[in-house]
Amino acid sequence: MTDLYLILAVFLLINLLAALWQIARGPTPADRLLAALLFGTMGVAVLLLLAYAGGGQTLVDVALVFALLAVITGAAFVRRVWGREGNGHS
Amino acid sequence: MGILDLLSAVLLIIGAAFFLAGTVGLLRFPDVYTRLHALAKADNLGLGFTVLGLVLQAPGVAAGLKLILVWLLALAASATLSFLIARRAFAKGITPWKSEEHEL
Repeated sequence: MTDLYLILAVFLLINLLAALWQIARGPTPADRLLAALLFGTMGVAVLLLLAYAGGGQTLVDVALVFALLAVITGAAFVRRVWGREGNGHS
Repeated sequence: MGILDLLSAVLLIIGAAFFLAGTVGLLRFPDVYTRLHALAKADNLGLGFTVLGLVLQAPGVAAGLKLILVWLLALAASATLSFLIARRAFAKGITPWKSEEHEL
């Protein structure tokens, strides 16, 4: 099973690389932020897989923190950075 | 490989397939709303299947419940963030994408 966990973790990391391409492409800041949302879910999945591939249960705690930080990042972005002033394509 | 391992492997592979669908949606869909749609649903379903697959391998009840807790937190986080982003995008005047057939 450890092999399967590692293969799937690498597969998800390749998916994250594709999400990095989306960050570079834009076009609005929200499109870029969506990659952060993706890191929130996919990063958690990678950490959980690694925890059961021999990383130990500590990584599950790290995954919890990841999920929490992703939503804090997004909320801070929407409330503070992507404010009402300026246009949507800035 | 027991029946539990087999079931676990199947669930994990289904989860990875949903993650792939989410990434394809992120890259292919035309605007921020449709991309949100792809991410918020496909990815959380992928995470759900991954968690289900791993729960079958959990060493104890507490560890399994913790995995499910991670999934619930990710669901709440994704729902909140999707709502915030979509509402702000709409308030900023980003118009939702329409296909050409609807404009005829």
